[in-house]
Amino acid sequence: MTDHLLEIRNLSVEFHTAAGTVHAVRDVSFHLDRGETLAILGESGSGKSVSASAIMNLIDMPPGRITSGQVLFGGRDLLHLSDEARRDINGSQIAMIFQDPLSHLNPVYDVGWQIAETMIVHGTPRAKANSEALRLVTRVGIPNPEGALRKYPHEFSGGQRQRLMIAMALAMKPDLLIADEPTTALDVTVQAEVLSLLHELQQETGMGVLIITHDLGVVAEIADRVVVMNAGEIVEAGITREVYHNATHPYTRKLIGAAPGKGRMHQPGAEAEPVLQVRDVVKDYAGFRALDGVSFDLMAGQTLAVVGESGSGKSTLARILLRLDEANSGTALWKGRDLFTMPPSELFKIRRDLQMVFQDPTQSLNPRMSVYQLISEAWAIHPDILPRAQWKARVAQLLQQVGLRPDMANRYPHQFSGGQRQRIAIARALALEPKLIVCDEAVSALDVSVQAQVIALLDDLRKTMGIAFIFIAHDLPVVRDFADHVMVMQKGRVVELGTVQQVFDAPQQPYTQALLAAGLDPDPDVQTQRREARLALAGA
Amino acid sequence: MSSFIRKRAFASLISLIGLVVIVFFLSRLTGDPTDLFLPIEAPEEMRQQFRELNGLNDPLLVQFWNYLGDIVRLDFGVSLRRAQPAIDVVLPAFLWTLQLAAITMALVTGAAIVVGSLAAFRVGGIFDRIASLTSLIGASAPDFWVAIVAIVVFAVGLGWLPTSGTGTVWHWILPVGVLFIRPFGLIVQVVRGSMISALSSGYVKTARAKGVKSRAIIFVHALRNAMLPVITVIGDQAAALLNGAVIVETIFGFPGVGKLMIDSVLQRDFNVVLATIMITALAIFIMNLLIDLTYALLDPRIRY
Repeated sequence: MTDHLLEIRNLSVEFHTAAGTVHAVRDVSFHLDRGETLAILGESGSGKSVSASAIMNLIDMPPGRITSGQVLFGGRDLLHLSDEARRDINGSQIAMIFQDPLSHLNPVYDVGWQIAETMIVHGTPRAKANSEALRLVTRVGIPNPEGALRKYPHEFSGGQRQRLMIAMALAMKPDLLIADEPTTALDVTVQAEVLSLLHELQQETGMGVLIITHDLGVVAEIADRVVVMNAGEIVEAGITREVYHNATHPYTRKLIGAAPGKGRMHQPGAEAEPVLQVRDVVKDYAGFRALDGVSFDLMAGQTLAVVGESGSGKSTLARILLRLDEANSGTALWKGRDLFTMPPSELFKIRRDLQMVFQDPTQSLNPRMSVYQLISEAWAIHPDILPRAQWKARVAQLLQQVGLRPDMANRYPHQFSGGQRQRIAIARALALEPKLIVCDEAVSALDVSVQAQVIALLDDLRKTMGIAFIFIAHDLPVVRDFADHVMVMQKGRVVELGTVQQVFDAPQQPYTQALLAAGLDPDPDVQTQRREARLALAGA
Repeated sequence: MSSFIRKRAFASLISLIGLVVIVFFLSRLTGDPTDLFLPIEAPEEMRQQFRELNGLNDPLLVQFWNYLGDIVRLDFGVSLRRAQPAIDVVLPAFLWTLQLAAITMALVTGAAIVVGSLAAFRVGGIFDRIASLTSLIGASAPDFWVAIVAIVVFAVGLGWLPTSGTGTVWHWILPVGVLFIRPFGLIVQVVRGSMISALSSGYVKTARAKGVKSRAIIFVHALRNAMLPVITVIGDQAAALLNGAVIVETIFGFPGVGKLMIDSVLQRDFNVVLATIMITALAIFIMNLLIDLTYALLDPRIRY
């Protein structure tokens, strides 16, 4: 018998697919006690989510199969219980929250109904469930709780939706809460709030929390212990602080080393010339002002990072600069010519100078086109750039430039990893030899180690080819490593604009300070200090 | 919501007027109605008198205007062959077709939702394979063939059911059964596809993590989300039935709008043809409006 709340022993899970058997989880063991927070840290494909799904009986079988191991919860092996017995445990004793609360809340039922349902399926009378739902929604800090119960998920913000998920998960006062990337889709300030809420609720209820994350910062903020997974195996486990400072496994060390935000900051030269001068850009969407007097200069061969939370207008700005959307007023001088009033024929010629790389390469690359077709399409549109006879050689050259092999040209996007796909998207942007590339959250969807490689690639292109970048991001440490200048946006306005050192080392505006304070540092010691500073700031 | 209904009604009014224009001028293109109404040996004075009486000497636009006015009062003129107002011929036939369509679609919808959902729950399972195969056969079966075979087997061979007519419940079984097959096959496939994606969604995972029972996951959580594309296809199929299941109605001698339309075309009874066209067009407009309102009812994100 065991005294631990949860103990996983020698768990192995495999998936049988057309391509063969995938050993998603191999001989994994860990345990969790009451009142403790354990983080499973790993990149995509590490098996961290599959391990958690095994606890909740959420693995689809087939194609999945648990080949060996035990999942001991309160001394009982869950893997030997009937589906019905596990359903009774799910939601009442073990609860789970997920990464993207919008897709994990049912869009067609109001949130009051969904929260009450957790209790009703476990035998609570409806009237009691409804009053309890009200208490929970109030507890997780949703404004106007009574009205909120009758609203639908799409009527809430991302942070509120995750609070509602938490309310739903905690309805039956579970002993164990599994949180699968609970803050990955959220803004930094909201992330900090949600993690604090989880921490508070854990203090109140004494539950064990199993948090699955790819983010060292989240581990540093919340976890007592950490288990590091790679390729289905546990490579390292221990107290968070010890693992961070004395990692023994090379993978852990690589992961810690790849964490952004520790390199030397750029020191942009003052002599560079502006290639793009943006003045007083205003954009209204049906009564909502998305951009409100945005002005900045972008220097040739430099990177301007645009940071801000969702709704700050940073993506709108990108769309407007590329004329994917029209500004209401303002000017954007590209080499002295106004992009906003340019006739279509001139705009067509200039488009090749301005390229864009999007957040999700899975969506931005047409799945039915080969890499060769994706990259060479630009030359079909602008035929004067390159004669058809040279396309093949140039595609090969571009692939090498972004760190891929020329023989990959005939493959299709689904045959690549996420990081490789983003390299293809970059190669596609480079095909027209642009002077400016707008990256809209171009590395946000990538694993930390891949992120570092892509950033290094972009910085190399900037140096060797003199390309200027507008780098839109919500992730401050990445910005710190890559940007020359930083522009902080909030609600459509520019709050602060300066060199990367000015903004990171001596932020002037309270909003910038709050953003920086909300960011999570991978070092548990630094993060502890930062948390205290943040709480002090909130208290002041 | 009410402004949406107004807007849609206005748009439909425009298409209805367009339809009237086409129908009116096309029927005039087929020649002088006098030739149709009067015996071939009628003297010229009689023809002249007939034209005067029916306003056929007025300019075409004036005639069209008068025709529009009549239509608004549901006056489609007199049936040539039956010596009664066209509308009195069409409305009863339309009501027969409406009943046939409503009964068929109600059965199809209920059955297809249950079968498609269960097939989607265990993709590749034995139930799924049977359901997929049968629905594919159903969706591909030509209804005139099924109708004739059904008569041969159940009416002639076994003698269980009447071949045609509408007198008793037994009379309805063959037409409804034959009309059922194709939409059923089609809608099962749509429900299955839509449910497969709904069942692999995040909110279903959440429901499983909450401990919700399988049946409630399928029919409460997933189904309502999966219904939007299904509703579209149901509307499409129902519209086809409302138009009159011409072949099936003819084979079973069912006195519906489809059979009436064919008979009237063969008899060149234009007033009746025009009336059937306008009445079914109106019915299909109302049904499309109901479908749009059902969307909003099912999905709170859709607001008009």
